[in-house]
Amino acid sequence: MSTILALDGVQKSFGALKVADNINFELADGEALGIIGPNGAGKSTLFNLIGGTLPVSAGTITFRGEGVTRKSAAERCRMGVARSFQIPHPFIGMTVYENLLVASNFGNSGHHDAEKECREILARTGLLPKANRPAGTLTLLERKRLELARALASGPKLLLLDEIAGGLTEAECESLVDTIKDIRDAGVSIIWIEHIVHALTAVVSRLIVIDFGRIVAEGVPDRVMKDPLVQEIYMGISVDDDAA
Amino acid sequence: MVWINAVLQGVLLGGLYALFAAGLSLMFGVMRFINMAHGDFIITAAYLLLALVTGFAIHPALAVPLVIVALAAAGYLNQRILLNRVLGKDILPPVLVTFGLSIIIQNALLEVFSADSQKLQAGWLDTASFKLSEDLAIGALPLLMFLAAVAVIAGLQFVFYKTPLGRMLRATSDDPEIVPLMGGSNAHIFAIATALASVVVAIAGIFLAMKTNFDPAAGPARLLFAFEVVIIGGLGSLWGTLIGGIILGVAQTVGAQIDTGSQVLAGHLVFLALLVVRPRGLFPKT
Repeated sequence: MSTILALDGVQKSFGALKVADNINFELADGEALGIIGPNGAGKSTLFNLIGGTLPVSAGTITFRGEGVTRKSAAERCRMGVARSFQIPHPFIGMTVYENLLVASNFGNSGHHDAEKECREILARTGLLPKANRPAGTLTLLERKRLELARALASGPKLLLLDEIAGGLTEAECESLVDTIKDIRDAGVSIIWIEHIVHALTAVVSRLIVIDFGRIVAEGVPDRVMKDPLVQEIYMGISVDDDAA
Repeated sequence: MVWINAVLQGVLLGGLYALFAAGLSLMFGVMRFINMAHGDFIITAAYLLLALVTGFAIHPALAVPLVIVALAAAGYLNQRILLNRVLGKDILPPVLVTFGLSIIIQNALLEVFSADSQKLQAGWLDTASFKLSEDLAIGALPLLMFLAAVAVIAGLQFVFYKTPLGRMLRATSDDPEIVPLMGGSNAHIFAIATALASVVVAIAGIFLAMKTNFDPAAGPARLLFAFEVVIIGGLGSLWGTLIGGIILGVAQTVGAQIDTGSQVLAGHLVFLALLVVRPRGLFPKT
């Protein structure tokens, strides 16, 4: 499989604080990758660097074989990078449908039937009944679904999901996981930051653990989660062999 | 009958005031930008038309679109090159920069066109009128002005609510930080908004040139009327802007009917009264 995204020696510092420290990884086309780590580890910052909201301090980012390190967030979106936020940021004065149309009209769209595509995405994400409601009136789950739907409407090749399952009930979480699986199976590459590990491992085939802006573990989810270092820093517990 | 006439003329004058206000409202709505040079841009458009028609003897039918295109292009470049640099969380820098622009424009106009008050002769349009009854008539120019205002407002309404560009402008108004993540460039969208506002400014200037005398220092008073109209109508509401224009226009003509000298004062008093009763305007959007 070809590589869709590659980070090479990516660094980001705010003054003396290093929030991304020599980050190297590659994402294969169609792969789903999970990122875990404690709060403040630099996970969302990593999304800001990949999405182009923040410039890197050093290192390079390659997307679809093209250097995007110096490209703006808008340019990267038009190339196929889309993102959903941990705290949903819908355009509250516009309807759900219009929110999607904005992304579809100006994202990585090409010449397609934006209205038809947005209706299909609304159906896939379960938002069709709410299509003409102002986005400001949605519930938390609906807002999270709108974040996802709007990101999809921009026509992504790479989808960055930031704690999209956070704050949802178990049942809501399950239906969201199903939706994300469908997106993955449709061939969209995914990087998903999530604290709810079982939701994450239901979708991703690889995990990266970040702490203090560094990648501290990487691999197949089962093995990564059993790594004592990961258990200590992520779960806040250390597991000794005798207890197991 | 004189009162009915005053109200009628006021409604038509309101069209011009709505044109003054629509551009200001649009720029504030999309990017929270307060343009203190708005009135001076209107006067500049008026002088540009005057210069093209009387100075260069260009036929008005050609001069009018030229003025509109020139203002739109100037608006786009002005936003892209100058105004975008001062846009931010703080609303004071745009106010200061456009206040400076206002002074520069007034002095430049003074230098080129002198302080003499001027008016564009509109030929038959100046005097043509339709008789409604024995002592009630509406002028062709005020009527055209009003219809133009309705058309401009309806056009903006259509652009804002039915087109991809309008959705992008509204999205930017909602949350400019998210728009780049949807593939839109803020700098470009802001400049498009200003270009659109400048088209309305040009139309307002064209009618002003034909309607009344103007001089290089006439801008700030037009800005004041525009502010009053926007606030009466309610921020962000396009049809509210038209209603606001009509209210200010009627207040002024009725005031003038009571006492010729109190035209402008009557407008301000009605504005103040409405500000007390409805501080957020008649049709607040948000």
